[in-house]
Amino acid sequence: MPNIYTELRKRILVLDGAMGTMLQAYNFTEEDFRGERFKNYPTPLKGNNDLLSITQPKAIAEVHAKYFEAGADIIETNTFSGTTIAMADYNMQDLVYELNFESAKIAKEVADSFTSANPSKPRFVAGSIGPTNKTASLSPDVNRPEYRAITFNELREAYKQQVEALIDGGVDVLLVETIFDTLNAKAALFAIEEVKEERRVDIPIMVSGTITDASGRTLSGQTVEAFLTSISHVPLLSVGFNCALGAEQLKPYLQRLSNETAFYTSAHPNAGLPNAFGEYDQTPEQMQKFIEDYLKDGLVNVIGGCCGTRPAHIRAIADIVKDYQPRLVQEFA
Amino acid sequence: MLESDCKKYLTLSGLEPLVVTPESNFINVGERTNVTGSRKFLRLIKEEKYYEALEVARDQVEGGAQILDVNMDEGMLDGVQAMTTFLNLIASEPDIARIPIMIDSSKWEIIEAGLQIVQGKSIVNSISLKEGEEEFKRQAKLIRRYGAAVIVMAFDEKGQADNYERRIEICKRSYDILVNQVNFPPQDIIFDPNIFPVATGMDEHRRNALDFFEATKWIRENLPCANVSGGVSNVSFSFRGNNVVREAMHSSFLYHAIKNGMNLGIVNPTMLEVYDEIDKDLLEHVEDVLFDRRDDATERLLDFAESVKGQKKTQESETQEWRNDALQERITHALVKGIDTYIIEDVEEARSLSEKPIEVIEGPLMIGMNVVGDLFGSGKMFLPQVVKSARVMKKAVAYLQPFIEAEKDGKQEYAGKILMATVKGDVHDIGKNIVSVVLGCNNYEIVDLGVMVPPEKIIETAKRENVDIIGLSGLITPSLDEMVFVSKAMEKEKLNIPLIIGGATTSRAHSAVKIAPHYSHTVVHINDASRAVTVVGDLLQEDNTIYKNQIREEYEAFREQFLKRGKKKEYLTIQEARKNKFQIDWKTSEIIAPKDLGIQVIEDFDITKLEAYIDWSPFFRSWDLHGRYPNILKDNIVGEQATELFSDAQDMLKRIFDECLLKAKAIFGLFPANTVNDDDVEVTISDRHAVPKAFGVDSASYNETKQNQLEKIKFLTLRQQSKKAQGKPNIALADFIAPKASGRQDYIGCFCVTTGFGTQEIAAKYEADNDDYNSIMIKALADRLAEAFAEYLHKEVRTRYWNYAKNENLSNEELIKEVYKGIRPAPGYPACPDHLEKKTIWEVLKVEETIGVKLTESLAMWPAASVSGYYFANAEARYFGLGKITEDQVIDYSKRREITIEEAEKWLNPNIVNQA
Repeated sequence: MPNIYTELRKRILVLDGAMGTMLQAYNFTEEDFRGERFKNYPTPLKGNNDLLSITQPKAIAEVHAKYFEAGADIIETNTFSGTTIAMADYNMQDLVYELNFESAKIAKEVADSFTSANPSKPRFVAGSIGPTNKTASLSPDVNRPEYRAITFNELREAYKQQVEALIDGGVDVLLVETIFDTLNAKAALFAIEEVKEERRVDIPIMVSGTITDASGRTLSGQTVEAFLTSISHVPLLSVGFNCALGAEQLKPYLQRLSNETAFYTSAHPNAGLPNAFGEYDQTPEQMQKFIEDYLKDGLVNVIGGCCGTRPAHIRAIADIVKDYQPRLVQEFA
Repeated sequence: MLESDCKKYLTLSGLEPLVVTPESNFINVGERTNVTGSRKFLRLIKEEKYYEALEVARDQVEGGAQILDVNMDEGMLDGVQAMTTFLNLIASEPDIARIPIMIDSSKWEIIEAGLQIVQGKSIVNSISLKEGEEEFKRQAKLIRRYGAAVIVMAFDEKGQADNYERRIEICKRSYDILVNQVNFPPQDIIFDPNIFPVATGMDEHRRNALDFFEATKWIRENLPCANVSGGVSNVSFSFRGNNVVREAMHSSFLYHAIKNGMNLGIVNPTMLEVYDEIDKDLLEHVEDVLFDRRDDATERLLDFAESVKGQKKTQESETQEWRNDALQERITHALVKGIDTYIIEDVEEARSLSEKPIEVIEGPLMIGMNVVGDLFGSGKMFLPQVVKSARVMKKAVAYLQPFIEAEKDGKQEYAGKILMATVKGDVHDIGKNIVSVVLGCNNYEIVDLGVMVPPEKIIETAKRENVDIIGLSGLITPSLDEMVFVSKAMEKEKLNIPLIIGGATTSRAHSAVKIAPHYSHTVVHINDASRAVTVVGDLLQEDNTIYKNQIREEYEAFREQFLKRGKKKEYLTIQEARKNKFQIDWKTSEIIAPKDLGIQVIEDFDITKLEAYIDWSPFFRSWDLHGRYPNILKDNIVGEQATELFSDAQDMLKRIFDECLLKAKAIFGLFPANTVNDDDVEVTISDRHAVPKAFGVDSASYNETKQNQLEKIKFLTLRQQSKKAQGKPNIALADFIAPKASGRQDYIGCFCVTTGFGTQEIAAKYEADNDDYNSIMIKALADRLAEAFAEYLHKEVRTRYWNYAKNENLSNEELIKEVYKGIRPAPGYPACPDHLEKKTIWEVLKVEETIGVKLTESLAMWPAASVSGYYFANAEARYFGLGKITEDQVIDYSKRREITIEEAEKWLNPNIVNQA
């Protein structure tokens, strides 16, 4: 059995790039999203990318394979919105278990085939756990600051369901990512700890927050250090940042995080900042250069891409990563 | 292993981290957001005044608390709900949420509710072995899973640890369970080894303090990485009522506890003497008790306590005593206590000892003012005291001025120069003056441009005087627009200094949404005087880019959030809202015709009659003292100050009455009226010849002339448009008057009262005498008298002139609570925010021509101490808030008012949906 801890001691691991960006190229229609099974579903389903794991599993497997071919060590399951809370937009809460289970299974199968083809480079599957579309510590109504659209317990229950399905589907790691509200992440971590205890299993956890803008804070207002303090009660495989910023803008925050934590660190930035049309146009070469700056300073153990990144970006990253040593984790005590 | 060997530190977080290292000395936990410890906070929570309760939290943070203790354990409260609401509100206030929360409760369900709200790493206060090991482990495990640190009480199945051995036994046992069985990080454990009272007279309590010190030392040396905390005020419990002894005991206890390793604690900063300043004799007596140094220590302290009891009250002897102190101490004392009796004498002495007169300001006076600034900043002094300090300072400076000018060298070095102005069209300046005084106390040079200042003058002065900050103030809503104009002008003129905004109708929302976008540099909203010092200090510090960026980003985030909101709320069209009007059954509703129709004027009213009608609570509020009169006089925190302020107010009131300093005048009219076209009230002006009259004179002769010069005008009212719950109406004031279609004749009244004539002259005299305290006092009192006059006149109208409530017999308290029948809403206030209605009232009553009260271009009344409004007599009439209205009503209104839509928007701006 390949062990992600052993690999992390040896080298920097490469995470995959964006799933959504790749799926856009398929130009799926409403009918494609529905497939046979949801032909008569009452809600419009176009845009429900997570659903494609059921209706277009081949496309999902293809994207995973492209990232592995490009050199990724870890791919993320197609489950970013796989909670009852996010699926409520499509009225598909009941499908949450199946979505996560199937997504995990597809990813795991692709990973296993790559591992057996080249056992010296074992591949891993990270179960992607997104932030949901509600915030537990911010009110959506400025006139009622005490109001919350979602509670900790509602989040905990939703996350628990997703976590159980991902584990059943065979993921190697859980990745709580794109955290813009730390309280949401704490509910996810609480749920994971519950599942671990109930099932007597241990599964590595990666946590990845989002610094929303140049203020250097999360959307819920925390600084890098406060965010780190708030999620470090759980033994984590890694902590890092993703989304919102490009590699260049993310660097100072990653530096601060790296200085302060004894966990491994990760980063999967966007392909630069979006242009006026909301598109990401940073080239693989440009991104590679910024990532090389991380590597020179020994900031990361896991590195990949978020919005706007494609297999070419991941290939450029994988190429450069080979030349550098992983970040050394300090032992505090 | 020694504590210092532990490299794992207790790390907590709010929006920012807090790391408790050996160098952090002592972490101070703010304790006033605790219903068991603060009666004021309990009252606010019980009355669900959560926003005021938030201010308590903010004061704590600004006063230097590093962690905020929140406790909602009170039998009458739903603790889970109160904890949830309050912590949610804190989460929306970045300047409070900055620091970590201590979730304090003896009930697990309240603790758990709190843990589900905080995004940062908090502290649970507390758990213990009281209910046995299983429950202890269960709670500890959950706390860890929620990601919090924990306070463990030295308490087990047998009870609370009350001696050294039991303390260390229970703490050791708790520690071992937590670290070895629950896998709790040892640095996240904080022990509370119980602080118990000393000097109780019981032998078994003699070692209470000593045992605590020793147990603390033992914990820090034997339980690696663990921390120690405690609630200090317990120790002095037997000296309740004797603050001199209590304060000395707290600081001595704290001093020694910290030396022994206590690194966190709950301390009331106002109940703390500075250790070095404790009277040496008293300190020795106190420490004899704390360290159990002699058998008769308690008796000796009790005897000694008798002698110092109420020391602060024997002012006579104290007065004599401080006069014997060294010069600097005398000057500082005079500034801190606001005593100006000897200041000239002392300053002269200082001058004779200095090489240059300017050195007296830079030296002794500034040293004293810094003490004042620090005490105010830490919440140990209150606003009225600071204003009195400023009076002493100004007198001293005024005395020195001629000497300084004679020398012609040396100028006072200020910390910064600040321009202050009440904007064009507005006359209200109490708040602005208070902020000026407070900033002046903190060594800022103030350029005060007064009231009704046009933007050009603000810009021109700012440039010429090279000021560091511009501060704008205003009370009425049109001033909000004026502030926007000023910010645009600042941008155009390429100024780059910070702009601060304050005043009753201003808000963070308005500053963020309407002002900040027009000015590329810093815009900050400040809601009270005590915050002004901190904000200005931060703005003017050397490296302020981070702070400025932070504000900018905070406001941008706030603006985005604000603009995103609003979609949630649903609105009816004005037509739909009219269909859902407030229903009065006009077939049966009682309408009483006024006894005296027409207009009446009151000149030279006997102002002393108003004393009984004064509502004092807002008076205290204008001095930043919060609480309801008369309870505020006995308030734990501000009571003493409130009492002193009240007594000064009484003195001033006596002068006003005895020397006839202020003139009270009024004009009012009662007219036939009916509602037309849903929202307009058509009024028949039957008589415009106002005849001066005094109260008590029969006015029956009016009816005879009432048919002269009939003229119709319209009062325009605005209607609520937000979608209401089933069965709740969308109200407009017009609903309280019978519609023309009902066929019944109804009536309406309107009025203007003033007590402001004379205020300006008196205030100017005080200002010339460097006495801001009394200058602000006279204005604040004139405002109160105007409100009292409005109250009095309304009563007279109800019981005499209109006479619809002739049997009414209400106390002043009941009047303040508005239990009477009928209402008197005022233009510019929630039920009719439209200031333009004042123009109509002025036209109907000929207010300016008759009693001299003017309207400024923004429709503020001048003199400021004036009140105007309407009278509605229907039993069902009630106060309400208009809330937000939508564009269709604005367009409709512009047609009714016969003005352009743009102009209508300008006046109704704050009430239009999606406008701040």
